[in-house]
Amino acid sequence: MVKQAAGRQKVSHFETIQGRRQALNIINWVLLAAGSILMLSPLWWMLVTSVKTMQEVMTYPPTFWPESWNWSNYMKTWEAAPFDLYTVNTLTITILVVIGNVFVNSFIAYGFAKVPFKGRNVLFAIVLSTMMIPGFVTLIPQYVLFAKLQWLNTYYPLVIPAFFGSAFNIFLLRQFYMTIPDELIEAAKMEGASHFWIWWKIGLPLTKPALATVAIFSFNGAWNDFLGPLLYVNDESLYTLQLGLQVFKGQMSTQWNYLMAGSLLVLLPVIILFFFFQKYFIQGINLQSGGK
Amino acid sequence: MAGKRRFNYKTKEGLQGYLFILPWIIGFIVFTAGPLLFSFAASFTNYNVTSQMDFVGLSNYEKLFSGDQLFWTSLYNTLYYVLFSVPLTTVGAILLSALLNRDIPGMRLFRTIYYLPAVLSGVGVYLLWMQLLEPGTGMVNTVLAWFGIAGPNWLFDPDWTKPALIFMKLWSVGGGMLLYLASMQGISKSLYEAAEIDGANAWQQFTRITIPMITPVIFFDIVTSLIGGFQIFQEAYVMSNGEGGPVNSMLFYNLYMWQKAFEAFDMGYAMAMSWILFVIVFALTIVNLKLAPKWVHYEGGGK
Repeated sequence: MVKQAAGRQKVSHFETIQGRRQALNIINWVLLAAGSILMLSPLWWMLVTSVKTMQEVMTYPPTFWPESWNWSNYMKTWEAAPFDLYTVNTLTITILVVIGNVFVNSFIAYGFAKVPFKGRNVLFAIVLSTMMIPGFVTLIPQYVLFAKLQWLNTYYPLVIPAFFGSAFNIFLLRQFYMTIPDELIEAAKMEGASHFWIWWKIGLPLTKPALATVAIFSFNGAWNDFLGPLLYVNDESLYTLQLGLQVFKGQMSTQWNYLMAGSLLVLLPVIILFFFFQKYFIQGINLQSGGK
Repeated sequence: MAGKRRFNYKTKEGLQGYLFILPWIIGFIVFTAGPLLFSFAASFTNYNVTSQMDFVGLSNYEKLFSGDQLFWTSLYNTLYYVLFSVPLTTVGAILLSALLNRDIPGMRLFRTIYYLPAVLSGVGVYLLWMQLLEPGTGMVNTVLAWFGIAGPNWLFDPDWTKPALIFMKLWSVGGGMLLYLASMQGISKSLYEAAEIDGANAWQQFTRITIPMITPVIFFDIVTSLIGGFQIFQEAYVMSNGEGGPVNSMLFYNLYMWQKAFEAFDMGYAMAMSWILFVIVFALTIVNLKLAPKWVHYEGGGK
């Protein structure tokens, strides 16, 4: 009798938990859905504004649905400034930076993760601590250095440093290398393989997912870099998309339809990349949090 | 004999190790350590890149602290931004990841939607927000008007420029969210089940289990966003055409430093400024590290 009552009580208790959980899930879902609309609305607004006529842009109150979709705004925007030149320039820099970042950081990270040498921990601590230095502290003297090297108004200051490792990427790739068992490396060493061979033949292929993450982060960084080109590039023929967009803003002043079309075009490659390679973006974040 | 060969191998391996990290060593000397030393030395001079480099003692630093009103303005603006943006983005990211850390339909899609803005950056995003915040025909004030709220002039009103930038920052809260979500997904389900049996409600579970378990990530997030927050530059530069906005309300520390270094070419002065920023960031990080053992829980009870 007592046992039965206790049992019944337990079941009803369980039921209330279930019920509460369901109610919470619904509230949760509604909050997330509302928030999603909020998060996406700026992008929707950008798209809508980009296809409005200038007259409609200035109409009050503005609308979330355009009277007509003037896709020709995009052609006009593209022709209003040398965007094709900017795209080629940006791609040149971005591709070189990605190549440098992927190979050089992988090489360095392998050394820190898999080759024992004296002072390795101290040096790695220095790598990590450089992440704490505010960028402007080194930016100003670097500018002086590049000026003395006659590198101003070239892409060298934007590209060359990518071939000498970056603390964040070294950290990320080392994290990933740490998950590869040492036995694998040891076995190859027993066969008489050098570390360089092991890195090239085993390390690179095994770390492909992490390299994809580094490639995507580097692409994003180089594609969106505004400060670097602003500081080092003067000739209009060398302008990047970010710089070009900033100049375009000055020319267009408040012609928001063209400005939004230009912005969307510049953001589009990143948005596309995001939808295709979301998993690598997320992996980068996970590697970061695993390493705190 | 065998011992000797082993020793040789170790030495050889060690040399290989240095070869692997050689690119970093060169990069560190040429692009970090060298520039740091130069900058420190030059902060005591009147260096201007071209003609002069005379030792002026501490006068750059003295001038900054006693005679430069804009230095204090830029420091105030930056502190204001950090003081609001860091707690808001941290709390926002934690709450959002808690909402996303549930087994309900559409979760993957939600995660994608919230993360998307965080990967977008650069001039395109700043232009978008300038349009969103247009006082008359922008989206933000249009929506506020639906609720009978007369929106402010945002980027044209010195009282609202910094809140505007903080709102923009909040749009990219999804980056931090993913960091927390990864950590929350690592928390054992059995902890929550046990708490539920004991009658703990969702809020209690959140504050007693979730929060303590993710404190290492909170710590990491606060340290990095503090360092990042002090360096706000690009958005202020683009949105104010490099000038610092109405009544210098967007003149952040780095923007002022930029003007001094690359517009006035008062390099010695700018480098002195950069070292003050370095000291502030360094001190805050040390404080964070010292405070960490008091509130950061590492699994296993150790440090």
